[in-house]
Amino acid sequence: MSLHSESMVENAPDIVTIENVSKTFTIRKDNSLKERVVTLGRRGRVHQESFQALKDVSFNIPAGTTIGLMGPNGSGKSTLLKVIGGIIDPSAGEVRRRGRLAALLELGAGFHPDLSGRDNVYLNAAILGLSRAETDAEFDSIVAFSEIGDFIDTQVKFYSSGMYVRLAFAVAVHTDPDLLLVDEVLAVGDEAFQRKCMDKIRQFQKEGRTIVLVSHSAAQVMEVCDQGVVLSHGEVMFIGSAAEATKVQREILEGRRNEVAEESAGLEHEAAPAAATITKIAVQGATGEHNDTVERGGEVTIEIHVTCDVALDHWNSSVSVDTPNGQQVFGTGTRRNATSHGPTSAGETILRYKLPELNLAGGQYFINAEVSDGDGAPLDALWQGAMFFVPMEFRQTGTVYTEAVISEG
Amino acid sequence: MISVTSNPAWFGGFWRSVRSIVAHRQLLGLLVRRDIKSRYKDSVLGLLWTLINPIVQLIVYWAVMGQILGAARGIEDFGIYIFAGLTIFGLFSEALSGATSSIVANSGLVKKVYVPREVFPLATLGSSMFTFAVQLVVLFGACIVLGSAPFTPALIWFLPSVVLIVIYVAALGMFMSALNVYLRDVQYLTQIFLMLSLWASPIVYGWTMVLDVFQRFHVPAWLLEVYTNNPVTLAVLGFHKAFWVAGPADQYPSGLGLRMFIACVAGLVLLWIGQRVFARLQGNFAQEL
Repeated sequence: MSLHSESMVENAPDIVTIENVSKTFTIRKDNSLKERVVTLGRRGRVHQESFQALKDVSFNIPAGTTIGLMGPNGSGKSTLLKVIGGIIDPSAGEVRRRGRLAALLELGAGFHPDLSGRDNVYLNAAILGLSRAETDAEFDSIVAFSEIGDFIDTQVKFYSSGMYVRLAFAVAVHTDPDLLLVDEVLAVGDEAFQRKCMDKIRQFQKEGRTIVLVSHSAAQVMEVCDQGVVLSHGEVMFIGSAAEATKVQREILEGRRNEVAEESAGLEHEAAPAAATITKIAVQGATGEHNDTVERGGEVTIEIHVTCDVALDHWNSSVSVDTPNGQQVFGTGTRRNATSHGPTSAGETILRYKLPELNLAGGQYFINAEVSDGDGAPLDALWQGAMFFVPMEFRQTGTVYTEAVISEG
Repeated sequence: MISVTSNPAWFGGFWRSVRSIVAHRQLLGLLVRRDIKSRYKDSVLGLLWTLINPIVQLIVYWAVMGQILGAARGIEDFGIYIFAGLTIFGLFSEALSGATSSIVANSGLVKKVYVPREVFPLATLGSSMFTFAVQLVVLFGACIVLGSAPFTPALIWFLPSVVLIVIYVAALGMFMSALNVYLRDVQYLTQIFLMLSLWASPIVYGWTMVLDVFQRFHVPAWLLEVYTNNPVTLAVLGFHKAFWVAGPADQYPSGLGLRMFIACVAGLVLLWIGQRVFARLQGNFAQEL
């Protein structure tokens, strides 16, 4: 399999080839001599546990592409990045690459706290493969980028964590790499600095460098990557465009979320001897294969199934819509609208919230619902009780949909 | 395209590793400077500490071994004799114990960045060479003050002694540092090994004393050869030749030069084996640390 971006030259040479790479970690439960002697031989093997972090992974990375490596926690993203970077040897298979590599697995990994910023710049640059003359030439630019200023001759241990990270990133991006491996390090620093990092990444893209980015943020992958690779349990689940990859990633996450929810469901629901219980949330108006796709600007009705144990004559409900990051995009309720439910007899009842013209941008959304008594004291809540997708749209990012009209003059 | 995977081949792989280390020589230099700069940072006496330790050792051995236990009888200029031996042994001891723990000490780097990992034990060897150089200056000073300046043709013996120690420290250091990642007992084992090698070489007593004892108890001759031909003994004897001007010729075994040459060749073979073992073990460093 090979990743070829449409925007790039079709026959760009591969900068990395990954062939049937597997990695098995052996986890020993004991490591003292006594325990090793006691569990010597065949019984010793019982005390070993192996864990397969990567299973037969193969793909090529053409030069000049930016690839987002996605997958849930523990899916082998970082291991694959380390294998590409030569930090871990694969158990089977081979990785070949060309050109200069800079791995940003951890910013400032080589910093020594007792040395000055200046010494650390030279040391870290040498670790990343820059010669002394090259570092001399880039030094002023590194200091300027990091915004460290006069502190460059202070010992690094007196730096604030922000200064530390800025200096480390400044060195890393000045190493002139052909291939840049980035492992979620961009999630540090204040907003202004993050923006600067993203600008630098875009500049790298323009210069035709190859970037492999590990990220949990679908938005970030959508924004910078042209290709996406999704891993799950060490296997490649999907290779293709970044937009489709984020969708696959979400489906995997959704599957996992349901498993966890089912496991803990019993515990949570027994603990609440509520007068009213939310049994189910349903989305009416969705279409698609799994009946979970909502068109942009479409009308949606959220149905909240509530079982009342006793008759209630005065009660409230509320509903909200979240992104997978937990960012609320919409919320309303009876109390906000100065109304209430009831009187209601014991038994099942269905509350309906109609949302006409739901102008949400592409992505996944979760629905939460809560019921409370007449004074607003909560009776029951169901978090992420239902989920729906809005189809991805390349033309825009964010959570709100609007048809932009671009003109000039 | 080059393979990212480390090359475990017994032949060929060695030269690839050597080339890769040579390509990273500037990094090696910076790591040595980092070690030296950070070692005595924020201490008032700073570099003086590199001298205080061997000087105290010298005084203790001179007083206890030389005067109280009487080892100084039959050895002229016993102070210089001890100091010469301690200086070269100090290089061996400091470099080997530093190299053994070097990979674990640099785990932050080993886990996150790819550099040829051999640079870490080699960098400790480099910074130990610096300490050694400072002590060498003091040794020269002491020799001159005590009235027997070592500016004789025999001073050339200093060179093969240092070469011998450097080869063996590089070989053993690589082997031990790789092993220490998997079994941390190795660093404690190294301390025991160093203590034994201090007493298994003629530093605080004379080589002829060993000869006498071996003859008195009819110890087989090959055991004396083993004792004499261990690289630390050879290096110490070489240092005595260079700096201990008062020493008589019968204090040394015959054919010291040839013995040193053979030990050097054996050391180079050991270095090759050590590097190959290191190359095989290093693939899993990042997950074991």
